[in-house]
Amino acid sequence: MSRPFTPKVITANDLLRGDVVWLTESGDWTRDMARAELIEDEAHAQIRLIEADAQQDRVVGAYLAEARPGANGPEPAHFREAFRSRGPSNYRHGKQAESDHV
Amino acid sequence: MYDYTEFDDAFLRERVAQFRAQVERRISGALTEDEFRPLRLMNGLYLQLHAYMLRVAIPYGTLDGAKMRQLAYIAERWDKGYGHFTTRQNIQYNWPELRDVPDMLEALADVGMHAIQTSGNTIRNVTADHFAGAAADEIEDPRPYAELIRQWSTDHPEFQFLPRKFKIAITGSPNDRAVTRAHDIGLRMVRKDGETGFEVIVGGGLGRTPTIGQVLRDFLPVADLLPYLEAVVATYNRLGRRDNKYKARIKITVHENGIETVRELVEQEFAARRAAFAGADQTLLAEIRARFRRPEFIAAPADAFEAAYQADPLFRSWADTNLAPHAAPGYAIVTVSLKAHGATPGDATAQQMRVLADLAEAFGHDELRVSHEQNVVLPHVHKAHLPALHARLREAGLATANIGLISDIIACPGMDYCALATARSIPVAQQIATRFEELKLEHEIGPLKLKISGCINACGHHHVGHIGILGLDRAGVENYQITLGGDGTEAAAIGTRTGPGFPADEIVPAVERLILAYLDLREEPGETFLTAYRRLGMEPFKQALYGEGRQRHAA
Repeated sequence: MSRPFTPKVITANDLLRGDVVWLTESGDWTRDMARAELIEDEAHAQIRLIEADAQQDRVVGAYLAEARPGANGPEPAHFREAFRSRGPSNYRHGKQAESDHV
Repeated sequence: MYDYTEFDDAFLRERVAQFRAQVERRISGALTEDEFRPLRLMNGLYLQLHAYMLRVAIPYGTLDGAKMRQLAYIAERWDKGYGHFTTRQNIQYNWPELRDVPDMLEALADVGMHAIQTSGNTIRNVTADHFAGAAADEIEDPRPYAELIRQWSTDHPEFQFLPRKFKIAITGSPNDRAVTRAHDIGLRMVRKDGETGFEVIVGGGLGRTPTIGQVLRDFLPVADLLPYLEAVVATYNRLGRRDNKYKARIKITVHENGIETVRELVEQEFAARRAAFAGADQTLLAEIRARFRRPEFIAAPADAFEAAYQADPLFRSWADTNLAPHAAPGYAIVTVSLKAHGATPGDATAQQMRVLADLAEAFGHDELRVSHEQNVVLPHVHKAHLPALHARLREAGLATANIGLISDIIACPGMDYCALATARSIPVAQQIATRFEELKLEHEIGPLKLKISGCINACGHHHVGHIGILGLDRAGVENYQITLGGDGTEAAAIGTRTGPGFPADEIVPAVERLILAYLDLREEPGETFLTAYRRLGMEPFKQALYGEGRQRHAA
């Protein structure tokens, strides 16, 4: 029996900067996970992944990552994705530093 | 030290120009990522969790003030003002942007450095004893041979698509500080009937199948080094499995074919290849040797050292832990700890790199080494200069007196940076170091190697730690397994797992219980943790971890 589909987001790394980005509903890429498209249908997920993969001039290594709905938008469901959305724990670098300026 | 020739420089410039064009083609869309990836990896450029990462080779760990200063410049100009020294004597920059990487490589070429073959299924950066050329116990400086291997293996057309990566380590001392038994090929210099040669060890490695290397040839005359290495790698290139990434390293080739078969094939190959070398390698070796000039050691009274040693407890503590015996009278080998309690193991700021460059020039005959234990070594310092050196290190936050102690932890970048990691390593290292500093126990505990890896690939060498910690993902939570009794020296051994792992918030208390048990059980203060473990076995340590009301559900 196949497991029920759990919600996902599509994420990748930006080609030029290398930082983490997520696919939005409009097919654009965002640096804020909360603005990503939360995908709850398996067939739709596969189509979106193909579309994301086609954007080779923008991103590298697109994949489906587990996520769950949160108050402000999708949130990471696994600690690896939580670290990707935040940055390293030894310095205030990466996403957590950029959000300081917002 | 070795200075690059015009030929070397032209080669590096050409490689940078090639890579610059490749980056442009990737950005323009002329190259897909699948096409670009092998090209960037050949130049040391990875894509990690949060950013690109550039891995720069520090061949056999040797550099001078100018090189170190350039590493500092690169850290500030194109990264976030620091660099991370790794267990393979490389430096990694964690935040470069793709467009900047060719400029970074150009800046490296300005000082004769590069990132070639720091990735990919090639012969990687050759690592060496970090005390090479200085150690009191050394038979001969192994670095001319390491440089010979570097030149031979760089862009070697036959070995650009090996079944898997290939790591060579070399030491000139009987005391193995280069973990030669955990490399694809380990070379240990030995003497036989007055002649110098190598004991050739093959098939060692850590990772998911930790294996102690076996002796392939107990004595290889130094003149036969390259043809013999070529025979080993060619044999592996032919026999090594390309169908399964996890069975592709030479340790599996040796395991599946048997050491006898491998030896036989290597000897056949060697006989054919030796004839083809025709002495060019020996001419080259002679040229390289001439470029590894020994510093002109000075003679000076060591009164300043003695006075400071008597008067200043901080200096005394540092001298007792961070100095090693030097071959030249009046000299010492200084290990500068990059393990300040609570800091990230192996990280140095650009400012600290500049201080190290200045100190090497002022007091160290302009020589520096990077150790696989993620520290920086000033290999040649006269004792008369040690008090002044120590004072300058203190100002730069580089005078931590903990070499070889529990807080001198090897830790891989783990899931704070690495795309392969299954858990974080750095915070565990930071917390253990901070805890034992609070307890003020580490000098009483004495020599202890604690090593942490954030995944089964074992970049943090946890298998050969006296205490090893392996971070895993257990049902979506970070979990840490402990191994005991590993040893990375000439008496190499793979550690044994204690039992179930510990969640992130229980791993530091678990290590503390282990250490308190050891302090209780040791026969006298001179009995190290490793010796005590060997005498007592696993049981009392298991008790300390899991016994008496500490029964935990298995992870």
